[in-house]
Amino acid sequence: MAVEADKPGWAANVDLPALLKEAGLAALVMFGLAISIIGIRTVTITGGLGLEYRWDWVAFSVAVVFAGRFLLALRRETRSPAKRAEREVVMDRIGASVQKAAKVAGPLFIVIAIALPWMPFSNRYIVDIATLVLMYIMLGWGLNIVVGLAGLLDLGYVAFYAVGAYSYALIAVHFDLSFWICLPLAGLFAATFGVILGFPVLRLRGDYLAIVTLGFGEIIRVVLLNWYEFTRGPDGISGIPRPSFFGLPFSRRVQEGEQSFHTFFGLDFSSMHRIMFLYYLILVLALITNFFTLRIRKLPVGRAWEALREDEIACRSLGINPTNTKLTAFAIGAMFGGFAGSFFATRQGFISPESFTFVESAVILAIVVLGGMGSQIGVVIAAVLLIGGTELFRELEQFRMLAFGGAMVLIMVWRPRGLLSHRDPTLRLNDTPKGGTS
Amino acid sequence: MKQGPGRTAPRQTGYMEYFLQQLINGVTLGAIYGLIAIGYTMVYGIIGMINFAHGDIFMIGAFIGLITFLILGLAGITWVPLALLIVLVVAMLLTSVYGWTVERLAYRPLRGSHRLAPLISAIGMSIFLQNYVQLLQGARVRPMPPVVQGGVTLMETDGFAVQLSYVQIMIVVTTVALMTIFALIIARTSLGRAQRACEQDRTMAALLGINVDRTISLTFVTGAGLAAVAGILFLVYYGVIDFYIGFLAGIKAFTAAVLGGIGSLPGAMLGGLLIGLIETFWSAYFTIEYKDVAAFSILVLVLIFRPTGLLGRPEVEKV
Amino acid sequence: MTLAEADSPSHDPHDTTVPSGARPLLTVEHLTMRFGGLVAVNDVSFAAGDAEITAIIGPNGAGKTTLFNCLTGFYKPTVGRLTLDSSGRQHFLERMDDFRIAQKAHVGRTFQNIRLFPAMSVLENLMVAQHNALMVASGYSVFGLLGIGGYRKAEHEAVDYARYWLEQVNLIDRADDNAGDLPYGAQRRLEIARAMCSRPVLLCLDEPAAGLNPRESAELNALLLYIKEKHQIGLLLIEHDMSVVMEISDHIVVLDYGRKISDGTPSFVRGDPTVIRAYLGEEEDDEIPPEVAADLAAEADSGNDGEGR
Repeated sequence: MAVEADKPGWAANVDLPALLKEAGLAALVMFGLAISIIGIRTVTITGGLGLEYRWDWVAFSVAVVFAGRFLLALRRETRSPAKRAEREVVMDRIGASVQKAAKVAGPLFIVIAIALPWMPFSNRYIVDIATLVLMYIMLGWGLNIVVGLAGLLDLGYVAFYAVGAYSYALIAVHFDLSFWICLPLAGLFAATFGVILGFPVLRLRGDYLAIVTLGFGEIIRVVLLNWYEFTRGPDGISGIPRPSFFGLPFSRRVQEGEQSFHTFFGLDFSSMHRIMFLYYLILVLALITNFFTLRIRKLPVGRAWEALREDEIACRSLGINPTNTKLTAFAIGAMFGGFAGSFFATRQGFISPESFTFVESAVILAIVVLGGMGSQIGVVIAAVLLIGGTELFRELEQFRMLAFGGAMVLIMVWRPRGLLSHRDPTLRLNDTPKGGTS
Repeated sequence: MKQGPGRTAPRQTGYMEYFLQQLINGVTLGAIYGLIAIGYTMVYGIIGMINFAHGDIFMIGAFIGLITFLILGLAGITWVPLALLIVLVVAMLLTSVYGWTVERLAYRPLRGSHRLAPLISAIGMSIFLQNYVQLLQGARVRPMPPVVQGGVTLMETDGFAVQLSYVQIMIVVTTVALMTIFALIIARTSLGRAQRACEQDRTMAALLGINVDRTISLTFVTGAGLAAVAGILFLVYYGVIDFYIGFLAGIKAFTAAVLGGIGSLPGAMLGGLLIGLIETFWSAYFTIEYKDVAAFSILVLVLIFRPTGLLGRPEVEKV
Repeated sequence: MTLAEADSPSHDPHDTTVPSGARPLLTVEHLTMRFGGLVAVNDVSFAAGDAEITAIIGPNGAGKTTLFNCLTGFYKPTVGRLTLDSSGRQHFLERMDDFRIAQKAHVGRTFQNIRLFPAMSVLENLMVAQHNALMVASGYSVFGLLGIGGYRKAEHEAVDYARYWLEQVNLIDRADDNAGDLPYGAQRRLEIARAMCSRPVLLCLDEPAAGLNPRESAELNALLLYIKEKHQIGLLLIEHDMSVVMEISDHIVVLDYGRKISDGTPSFVRGDPTVIRAYLGEEEDDEIPPEVAADLAAEADSGNDGEGR
């Protein structure tokens, strides 16, 4: 932009003093923001608190804002308004083509995902990260049913994740049942919980619902923290049984007369077996979530979810029971959250309330929102970027949540329906043969 | 939130005194909640959104207050009333800048967008501000030496004294004074009139020549100013703050606003008072561990059974 | 009142016979709706005949939309009985939730400010209208998810029914476009088609001609008459456009300040001095012939829609 500023054609139209004034005002505001929190830091010294000054940071931030505002204003002045309107269209087209590409590339992705642990570059670390990313993809897809399809802003999704994890852990520890029995039970518990919580609150308007679900998320965490006899409070639950390969444990040593995974298949023991098994497990769970969502979207209940998101009053005038319809979305979302929670419990072998804070809910929500509400492929891309990205740049961990928050604001301002929020109709008239009754 | 003086009272004797002490503590806490709740209620009244980042504005107000206190200490201004006044003014001013900026950057571009967009943006802003303060000011709690000490003993029986500390007096007096000024602003000035007009019908107000954007900005600025006062009172009362205090205090203040009837200023104050009392008595007579659950449960119950709150106008669904 | 006298309208405000003598489909008795101190609808009684078009007219703020919202359950009436009598079953609408009125009593409606599902396609809008039938066909989603049972067949039938209505409202070419992308007039037609897809026995239309040009308005008349003749359902119509009202209604109810001031056939209402007074004020009513008055009123009114509660 700065280079082009020499062009005489439109440079005449730019009111430079006005731009400078605008940038100056922005810099002044930044100075007001920076002088306290950025410029002065409270530090603990002997005998109380001391102060540390960072005027260079203040100067830097003010300069950045001045330059940034100036460039933005320049860009705004030199760009035709039509172009700005065009951006929406262009972004929607990108969303549409990504969606179309995903339809073709979907099976390819799955093949790549299956092959990943066998790649030459693959190691324990990469498979671990991939497992983590898949876990968030699954959580994102689960929440996408609630937020993206049904339009219910759930800020307490982590509650269902926690219920799934704790019910898995408690059932597995106390009743010694296998993973394959505990998993559906945990999902069922989480769904039941969703119904119990959802029933009284789902008639609330969107933003009230958000706050109430946030409140529920916190209530669950406080209860987990304080109900010591049941949950062992902050100590958490340890010794959660690891999953077995249909009854064959992944252990080095085997008891007399029993077999483990490696003895049964005649392999040498390797700790990678379990890691790979966990990876495939979450891959399958995530894919089930995806196929379920894709399918239910085309059923009447899925269409009713989207219709409720669009206009609840119109839905009621068409005879759709809003509470029940929302409740199914809430319960199904909760169920997938519960599945993911039990996977989390079995993978970690240890759970405590610390893993189920509001931040976790916010991260999952960020994945859904940034990817584009309602877009399945958007969730994948957002999870890979947010989770994979921050795992790869571990030294930047402390900036992670800052970037999350900032990105949520920016994406909303830039594209309020999310980055890749293109929607394809669930059925087309021309695809259904005329006189289909025959 | 931590409890004021009198927590460790023996429960065998002096029931009446214990009760009175809790009442005093509850009113103090309620005053702080009420001040924050006004910010929620005003913003909701005027643009119909929950300013999720408001709790974090309160937290920033507390930090700016702390920094100003320390600077004044270094500058040798130790006469408490003067120091407090300076801190209040400085923190209100600087926190207002935050309030204004948040509205300008995160909410104004989203006016007229779908309903969830500003709320998600607000959540993003809240996360951003928390981590911004954590990165710049550190994650550990910041203790502050008590500024106002002492108090009066109202009554004493069997070794249990009912204390009314000067801090508590200061908090209640400051809150009442601010509320009075604020109520006058809303009722008498042109800003208040513009604000009430925008609340009723934003399009019509704009047609009549009211600068709606400016009115909304000023609403955020006043809300942030009051939150800053609440932050300083919190700081002086409890003596410790960290970057996370805004989250819980924000939710409780929001609960207070809903309980009182969102959109209603006296409602926000009444709701704040009730939430403060409920929380204090819950901790004093039941379990301190579950006191946050108490606030959340009230929020849920109010929204389900009386969504218009105690003093709110009933809302007729527009069909 | 006997059937023979039915054409000469009575002035009993609580008379609930249909002027044409048709079987009453909807009977409204003593309906009152209060909002705090404001009485939006005040003790209104009338009946709407089966397979007839009943128009509700009145100046702005007369309580027409409030009456609709009571009928369709969006408001709970303060006092009154609303009886829908279809195929031998009586439904007391004042006791039912809004969505049950649509689901069980089969009362469909459109809205003054169009309420479509803008991000969904036109066809999907019509599919959502057939939700309850499709829900049953999909075994409440269970069989539908597993791909067993007769869901596919039911879905094809639903698409065929949607296709039929798309042809009636001339939107077949835009079936796969987003509803929000349609021009205004097409959105109005789509809303009617969507309401018809829910197979109502009584269709309530809240100002369907608002904002339409004369050609579209004429098409709308034809569509409403077609719905009445072909599908033999009752239509209840709020309308300011007198050309629409006078041309197609069988029966007109006039409200003013929440009260019913006239009730009868179009020719009767057109000549009713109370109606003219309500529209034009007290003084001048004697000098102006009724026909001119009605037209003037229509003109004065069609400019400003939007009903103060």
